[in-house]
Amino acid sequence: MTANTHHRFRDKAHAALMDEPLQRAMDKAGDGFIARRQTAIAALDQYEALRSRAKSIKEHTLDHLPEYLERYEAQVIASGGQVHWARDAEEARKLVIDLCRRAGAGSVAKGKSMIGEEIGLNHALEAAGMEAVETDLGEYIIQLAEEPPSHIIAPALHKTREQIIAMFREHHRSHGYTEPLETVAEIVDEARAILRDKFLKADVGITGANFLIAETGSSVIVTNEGNGDLTALLPPTHIVLASLDKLVPTPEDATTLLRLLARSATGQESTAYTSFFTGPKPRNDGHESAYHVVLIDNSRSRILHGKYRDMLRCIRCGACLNHCPVYTNVGGHAYGGVYPGPMGSVLGPLLDGLAQAPELPNASSFCGRCAEVCPMSIPLPELLRQLRNDQFEERITPLRQRCATRLWSWLNTHPRLYRALAGPAMALLSRMGRNGILPRLPGLGAWQRGREFPAPEGGSFVREWNRRRGRTRHE
Amino acid sequence: MRVALFATCLVDNLRPRIGLASARLLQDHGCEVVVPPSQTCCGQPGYNNGDVRGARALARKTITEFEGFDYVVVPSGSCAGMIIQHYPRLFRDEPDWRARAESLAARCHELTHFLSHVLDIRLDRTFEGRVTYHDSCSSLRELGIHGAPRTLLSQMHGLVLLEMKETEVCCGFGGTFSVKFDEISERMASNKTRRVRETGADVLAAADLGCLLNIAGRLRREDGGPRIFHIAELLAGMADGAGIGGPDKA
Repeated sequence: MTANTHHRFRDKAHAALMDEPLQRAMDKAGDGFIARRQTAIAALDQYEALRSRAKSIKEHTLDHLPEYLERYEAQVIASGGQVHWARDAEEARKLVIDLCRRAGAGSVAKGKSMIGEEIGLNHALEAAGMEAVETDLGEYIIQLAEEPPSHIIAPALHKTREQIIAMFREHHRSHGYTEPLETVAEIVDEARAILRDKFLKADVGITGANFLIAETGSSVIVTNEGNGDLTALLPPTHIVLASLDKLVPTPEDATTLLRLLARSATGQESTAYTSFFTGPKPRNDGHESAYHVVLIDNSRSRILHGKYRDMLRCIRCGACLNHCPVYTNVGGHAYGGVYPGPMGSVLGPLLDGLAQAPELPNASSFCGRCAEVCPMSIPLPELLRQLRNDQFEERITPLRQRCATRLWSWLNTHPRLYRALAGPAMALLSRMGRNGILPRLPGLGAWQRGREFPAPEGGSFVREWNRRRGRTRHE
Repeated sequence: MRVALFATCLVDNLRPRIGLASARLLQDHGCEVVVPPSQTCCGQPGYNNGDVRGARALARKTITEFEGFDYVVVPSGSCAGMIIQHYPRLFRDEPDWRARAESLAARCHELTHFLSHVLDIRLDRTFEGRVTYHDSCSSLRELGIHGAPRTLLSQMHGLVLLEMKETEVCCGFGGTFSVKFDEISERMASNKTRRVRETGADVLAAADLGCLLNIAGRLRREDGGPRIFHIAELLAGMADGAGIGGPDKA
């Protein structure tokens, strides 16, 4: 991965804007999320109070993270499970593959997990000779398409129904499915039938975690399809993948966050399934049952002790994606990393390095809607701005841009010179105007590609106002 | 009361009449208006592009220029937001400057908010036309201004206010964002012009020249649309002519 090859946001955004099926899919998905969240939040009595409680729960946990991690580990062990610590993605992959091998796994069922994406687990499993089966419908669809998720809670958001049907026909023919598909229900039924077999065959089930509860050693996941339960319960071995920031102290705390999560994500009061897993499940089929938690740092402790700590409050609801005018126009793949949208534009550079994702912090008009809808009150625009500042200081910002920015600031601290230049420049531009707009000018290339630039009116308000009042001597 | 007008660099250079309209509105309602002559840019371009040191230098300059006034009024939600929300943040670690920044922030108001909430004016002017109002993101979300411009517009005799859909969605300007990511910015502007056209309004107004340049630029490329004015021009009775980016009269 080198600069501008990993992310290349501008190029990918261009392709996305030209991609008609993608644009159709995004248009269709967009309004639903926003309207449903709006309704759910409006129906909630004390949203702001809940939001501030949620923030303090996470802040408190992060303040005492080592204690809660130890407590959590002790509780998992007490309930008969095991905890494995991974410093980074590579360690996490090794641990998981090792656990799968020890379970003799040929086939691994997977619940939807963004940390699984973050550590590149599917590729690693396949490279180790195991079949990884995504059991969430969206994840299953993009697995067939061999694409990464484009949304953190709706991974196949970018696909149209027609595209999904065509893909099912291509891939399911060998399973004997040839009937034409039309409705969403038919698509779901076919996927369910195919996945049911795979659940029964799987030796290991891997799920992520929305929360880890220190007091009980439980992991919590929310799903709407019930696939998470089947993944966790049917195979003899259950592996939970989670990053350190998923910890909360008590079940009550998890409940508080769950109330915000479902409403912010899909506008539901709660998801169809909210599942708590504590230790190995009892079995009566003679198989031994095992429960493993792989706790992954992967930069979290670095982020915890730096100026981007606020980001660790994120509960991955996706509201910032749904409300971002950049994300909703270009889709998730343009961001090039695991996490798209505003949260991904902060997290991507923190995980991959700022030099690997130089465009992401800049891919925002700072409209502020992300921060407005964030249930965890993460100041996303402030974090993006801080990243831009880091880029500037670390000279990752292109030299030309740094010079232009510096020059602008410098010129504006010299009002006399500023006026001496601005006056004639505006007079000239004003004379160049035809029919209220400027002709094509080299400096305005990017602006004028899709827009006109209104011609300046001519003159300066500040100068003329004060000239009329004889105050120019102060300049 | 002595009110200093911070015209903003865009208004000062690109459309001075917005400054005049703002000054006229303030004078008409009993303010002694001063326009500090050394004012330039509030520093937002540097601030949003990583040059915090440059932004700090400009903030110090602006803070100094606008000390000693009862109020500081800005005909832009974006620049007012910079002063009110971000200047104090810039001096987190410099208590003296922080206090001065906070003092300015407390005295600083976006124009429509000042007219409506501080002066509590009642306008007695006529504008015959159907107007749709665009909220700038910074007015709406950084400053929480939604009612003030609408209250003022609805005081105009003959003016019909038509709300567009998705008024809370960004027009795609975002300062340098509009050129760094011009295609995305343009798409956002197109979404906005669609919403503007749907209203059937004859005039589009907003309190931020940045947004207006962007939307006007897109409307002109799409071959016309409503006339476009800064809200100060409308309220001051100066919304005659072709408007921002409008074609010359034949």
